[in-house]
Amino acid sequence: MRSFLLGRLTRTLIVLFGLTLLVFVLLHLSGDPASVLAPATASAEDLERIREDFGLNDPLYEQYLRFVADTVTGDFGRSWKYQRPAIDLIIERMPATLELAGTALLIAVVVGGFLGMAAAANRGRWIDVGSVGFSIVARAMPSFWLGLMSILLFAVILGWTPTSGRGTPLHLVLPAATLAATFLADVLLLTRSGMLETLDEDYIRTARAKGLSARLIQLRHALPNAALPVVSSVGLIGGRLIGGAIITETVFAWPGVGSLAIDGITSRDFPLVQASVIVLAIAVAVVNLLTDLSYGVLDPRIRHQ
Amino acid sequence: MSPVGRRTLRILGIPFLRGRYFAGVCLLVLVVLASAVGPLLVGHTPEAQDLTARLLPPLSADHLLGTDALGRDVLARILAGGRLSLFVGFTGAALAATLGVLVGLIAGFREGRIGTIAMGVVDAQLAFPFILLAIVFVATLGASLPMVIVVLALSSWVSFARPIHAMALSIKHRDYVLAARSIGARDATILRRHMLPHVLPTAVVIATIQVAHIVLFESALSFLGMGVPLDIPTWGAMLSDSRRYLQTAPWISIFPGLALVATVFGMSLVGDWMREALDPRREQHG
Repeated sequence: MRSFLLGRLTRTLIVLFGLTLLVFVLLHLSGDPASVLAPATASAEDLERIREDFGLNDPLYEQYLRFVADTVTGDFGRSWKYQRPAIDLIIERMPATLELAGTALLIAVVVGGFLGMAAAANRGRWIDVGSVGFSIVARAMPSFWLGLMSILLFAVILGWTPTSGRGTPLHLVLPAATLAATFLADVLLLTRSGMLETLDEDYIRTARAKGLSARLIQLRHALPNAALPVVSSVGLIGGRLIGGAIITETVFAWPGVGSLAIDGITSRDFPLVQASVIVLAIAVAVVNLLTDLSYGVLDPRIRHQ
Repeated sequence: MSPVGRRTLRILGIPFLRGRYFAGVCLLVLVVLASAVGPLLVGHTPEAQDLTARLLPPLSADHLLGTDALGRDVLARILAGGRLSLFVGFTGAALAATLGVLVGLIAGFREGRIGTIAMGVVDAQLAFPFILLAIVFVATLGASLPMVIVVLALSSWVSFARPIHAMALSIKHRDYVLAARSIGARDATILRRHMLPHVLPTAVVIATIQVAHIVLFESALSFLGMGVPLDIPTWGAMLSDSRRYLQTAPWISIFPGLALVATVFGMSLVGDWMREALDPRREQHG
């Protein structure tokens, strides 16, 4: 177990290191890093001052070492647009992103898991057909269009929810549901197929022969075994949720780190973009590690490796 | 006949007039036809602005799907966006397939260090949402059409590399590979003549599904303002512009999205159909 986790931890660190290297290499591949780093309105003198400030005239390896040192200490430079350290802006916006992604994950796992079990237990009936049909549609639906259409229906036409922004719990409903939709479909299909497979096992027949109730068999005997593939996919989902949050936040003007990154792109605020991307990547890495950890806890075979 | 040829024939020979697969093929043919000849039939260019005819509703005289905030014909822009989507989807998937098949085959053929490193990169990329990398690319190198295609191909090559690598690992221990080697065939020849033909059908199936993914991802990039330059009409950019008029002119949000869903759905169905058609377990029915 320890070597399994140590291996995963090393891999995570290598990936994060690779990402900083990629940012650095691409910045220098762009031709003139100063013009990427500068705000769109910079003059020739501004560019020269930026070269001086960022040490762009120093040897490359020195620049890279300084870049890594700055990144590790959380110093990503100042945002041009907001005239404040980029990391401060991100820390302010992080709770909103976590709130959105966390709620979506909860919806996806609880509703998806429940519907998946219900579908498996009632194979071929309307709840099964409906759930699977919903999943197929949800997975083909681009999340930003789903978001727009849900605003149109629930906010504009029915007037049940606000159109965008963050504040009351009502503000959270549409963004969280939109972000959850694809992942809910994934969890639903995985739970369904996992349950169907497990329900065929010998020990289920034994439990049934003992006279246990159908519900007890499903909850105590089938679910724990069907849950493993679901858990491992939830980890991947956790990472993808953070990526998906970038789009959802933009659709609903949700003030999180994802919309901050897009804000940085449109206003050519490179320090802001760089800081958001690296912080989001760290968040994904943490989620992936937690999943590996829970996988070890749930599956004794990995624990004893 | 080569195995590839036989399999291709099998795809063509399969009675595909079955339910959802037939619907998928129809949907795709419709999208391709509309993008190819549609722009010639609409009386407007996608760029033509008419500020006296802003935000006209659908079924207006002369504008079947209405106009947008600059008085541009929505139908003309959707058809032009379809061309861009299909072009980007197919070139991106072709590029991704080339890279992914190459890396997957070579990494599987030379297990050792090269294989470990290559597959390590693949695993790392799969564990991270690619949109973060796309943001880095666009923020540093800017967005042009070729640049976007490269980013899209990079987002998808791992979906080829992983399964092709697994296939290569098993193929390379087959007897005919050993036989080729024993008569002195070089590595490059073995890869090209004896291993590549075996993974091609799989690559074609993956490519079909990846076209759908790439079309979707391109729209997302354009929606976020990170896609191709704004003078090229795209579904994503249309949807992004439409957000401000959701209350007054919802049709400019509805139609580009429907076009996108139809394309992605059709393409995925065709991908599913091809996967089933090429599945060796179906051989006796084929």
